[in-house]
Amino acid sequence: MSSYILEMHDITKTFPGVKALSNVNLKVEEGEIHAICGENGAGKSTLMKVLSGVYPAGDYDGKIIYRGQECHFRGIHDSEEKGIVIIHQELALVPMLSIAENIFLGNEHAKFGVIDWDANETRTRELLKKVGLSEDPKTLITNIGTGKQQLVEIAKALSKEVELLILDEPTASLSEKDSQALLDLLLEFKRQGITSIIISHKLNEINRVADHVTVIRDGRTIETLDRSQISEDRIITSMVGRSLEDRYPPREPKIGDVFFEVKNWSVYHPLHADRQVIKNINLNVRKGEVVGIAGLMGAGRTEFAMSLFGRTYGRKITGEVFLKGKPIDVSTVGKAADRGLAYVTEDRKVFGLNLIDDIKNNITIANLKGVSALGVIDDLKELDVANDYRRKTNIRSPSVFQKTGNLSGGNQQKVVLSKWLFADPEVLILDEPTRGIDVGAKYEIYTIIARLAAEGKAIIVISSEMPELLGISDRIYVMNEGGIVGEMAASEASQEKIMRAIVRGEGKVA
Amino acid sequence: MTDTPTPQSGVAQDVPSAPRVPVSSFVSNLREYGLILALIAIMVFFQLTTGTLFKPVNLSNLVQQNSFIIVMALGMLLVIVAGHIDLSVGSVAGFIGALAAMMMVIWPLGGFFGNPLVVSIICLIIGGAIGAAQGYWIAYHRIPSFIVTLGGMLVFRGLCQGLLGGGSSVGPLPDGFKQLSSGFLPDLIGPLTLVEPIVNAAGKTIVGSGIVLHMTTIVLGIIGVLAYVISGISSRRTRESRGYQAEPFGLFLVKTLVISALALFFVYQFAVYRGFPIVLVVMGILVAIFVFITRHTTIGRRVYAMGGNIKAAQLSGIKTERLTLLVFINMGVLSALGGLIIAARLGQAVPAAGLGSELDVIAAVFIGGASAMGGVGQVISTVVGGFIMGVMNNGMSIMGVNVDWQQVVKGLVLLGAVIFDVYNKNKG
Repeated sequence: MSSYILEMHDITKTFPGVKALSNVNLKVEEGEIHAICGENGAGKSTLMKVLSGVYPAGDYDGKIIYRGQECHFRGIHDSEEKGIVIIHQELALVPMLSIAENIFLGNEHAKFGVIDWDANETRTRELLKKVGLSEDPKTLITNIGTGKQQLVEIAKALSKEVELLILDEPTASLSEKDSQALLDLLLEFKRQGITSIIISHKLNEINRVADHVTVIRDGRTIETLDRSQISEDRIITSMVGRSLEDRYPPREPKIGDVFFEVKNWSVYHPLHADRQVIKNINLNVRKGEVVGIAGLMGAGRTEFAMSLFGRTYGRKITGEVFLKGKPIDVSTVGKAADRGLAYVTEDRKVFGLNLIDDIKNNITIANLKGVSALGVIDDLKELDVANDYRRKTNIRSPSVFQKTGNLSGGNQQKVVLSKWLFADPEVLILDEPTRGIDVGAKYEIYTIIARLAAEGKAIIVISSEMPELLGISDRIYVMNEGGIVGEMAASEASQEKIMRAIVRGEGKVA
Repeated sequence: MTDTPTPQSGVAQDVPSAPRVPVSSFVSNLREYGLILALIAIMVFFQLTTGTLFKPVNLSNLVQQNSFIIVMALGMLLVIVAGHIDLSVGSVAGFIGALAAMMMVIWPLGGFFGNPLVVSIICLIIGGAIGAAQGYWIAYHRIPSFIVTLGGMLVFRGLCQGLLGGGSSVGPLPDGFKQLSSGFLPDLIGPLTLVEPIVNAAGKTIVGSGIVLHMTTIVLGIIGVLAYVISGISSRRTRESRGYQAEPFGLFLVKTLVISALALFFVYQFAVYRGFPIVLVVMGILVAIFVFITRHTTIGRRVYAMGGNIKAAQLSGIKTERLTLLVFINMGVLSALGGLIIAARLGQAVPAAGLGSELDVIAAVFIGGASAMGGVGQVISTVVGGFIMGVMNNGMSIMGVNVDWQQVVKGLVLLGAVIFDVYNKNKG
């Protein structure tokens, strides 16, 4: 009798033309936290879709044994009945419904179709308490942050009497604080006997909570490590198939004069006119310098960047922007881009790409002038440009005619980067440039950043991953509650120093 | 990306060697070819059952009856690609037809302002203004287009009827104006008689006997086909000279031959009757312009980008408000032209002109494979979609199918085409 709650044997799943999984094996022990690691496109999500019945039995080869029984799930309903609940990376909550309505969506306490609201709310309160969320069950989802939404998802899973909880990159869009809270919750569940599978790119988190790690690469199981073998280096080595001496490319910064400067920048909330979101920010970037902006989720970093880039966020925007000492007009995206600004969004799917169009058209859309004359596009020139950037940024696809919606996260990010590189900016603002992408692709993005800095561009990187900021920046600004609460040279900075600046600055900014 | 070897350099080697083949051009055209085949199949079906579909006189009728749908569908394609819808086009067409009739028949404008050409131009401008008025609310105030144009549909139908003074019709319209729909290209070269028509005892020629070619049509048709072949060959050459692989030569050859042969067949059919209908020439020029705009211009590309992801388009520096306004102005102008064509064909303005035609127009665009979500759709497919609707109307009428049943069949074809599309997309 094995102590495994779940065994997946020789799972093979093919899509037309692609073998997404080949003979993958996964064994999860009762009551453990089992992490699954792998680069984007390695097949992690596909494996979880096989497990949860999204790809029904018969669609794949291999065996799923759950609690000693072979299972043939034909849909999510089948797997949920057995207590297997999956929480996807993109949360599946209805924004305009309340927490209670979302938790019991499709599963309401009701008699003859009439909902018993009291029962729903009482039960919701119990569940929220379990996940440590103190919100009114009647609060609408749209009014709570991503971190809390994640907790609502988990509460929803608990309502289904979950025995095996699967989380697909649960902390990808959470702040440090919320991530920690979530991991603590998983540990608490473990004590209560709930088994969890967590897919994550954040190796420090895996290090903290996982009992076993299974690494998947190119649709194959590489190895399963137990607690004593888990180390970041070991995981990275087996994820990319070779050792990574350095996670950040070496760089010799050649920093020139002040190139780009923002003075007294203030922004108000687009809907609540009296809420000041950005408070009097002053910041500068030198030629060839990589400047990081650190801060927690909700510190106002994205809002700052977007308000700067053609006023795409907020209203009542005041302040001045200087390029090479001269004031410049950045009041529309067109003007900002013409003056040499580029903003690479944190949310590539929503703000960065036309997912139904191909790589080529996405790369040239921000600079169609560069491939056209008198409004007529030169097809071959455009093809040259697209192929050129595809090579330069190492986008992995059969051709530039691939739809961007079919690319992995890392490759999508490279397309968005290419789009803005082709616009030939002098100042680049990169907002979470490596969010949700794998280690190999991250390194490639860092290399591009380093090359751009070496070419004399001024670069601002916004990131919630502090090691990344420390690894690639020359100087770091720390933001909190819409203001800048610290500035330090990267050589003197550390995670502790940044956190201290945030904590000290809490509530201090005028 | 850099010349220095990085620890990742092994990753790059996993990349399948980059073929410089524009594969997608063929794949994306597959659907278009399929649609054309469907149209031909439907035509052959009606030819076999009725025996008259391909008759020269009927082909001219077919074009004259359906051109206004296709003209408006060109505008609707851009509206739908941009992520919107326009329900008002039938009413706007009716209103403009009424306006044109009033200007030419009732109001004593006379002289310069009574000239059919001047009236037409004024009407097109007013159509553009109507499009701008609706587009303004959609673009700058984010009122859903469904609602704005639903309002427009009621407003302009009402204005159309009001203008005509209740239920009456206004006409007859001047002959010069009617040429737009019922006229044929004048034969500047002169007819060529291949087979002498039979003259009966009364000294009259028997209609349909003999073969007399409208030579201007023949010459224009041949020039058009030659231009198509030459541009195809030259674009292949430049592609190859720049190191890109063009589609396989065999495929290119077959495609070019089939399309040229089909085109020449229809040219011949028009030539043995009375030559190209004027409205076909107008439509042909518009189709060519819109193919060019959607495939080769920055403005066309931006409309697709906006429909695909408006937020990303805005952040790429596209002025989405202005672009939306332009798309609706364009729609307004083409609705007006549609209205003129309807009035010219009927020879008078009637209160019900264009009633319900917005549905045929929208159906043509969706049969042509456009996505209701925006960002997807092709001009040629839309035109083919419009002709599929037109041929079914025409064919079923000849067969004597009841009008009620015609609607049922058209509805099912629309549904079937879209289901087929969605099914294919999910499979691929």
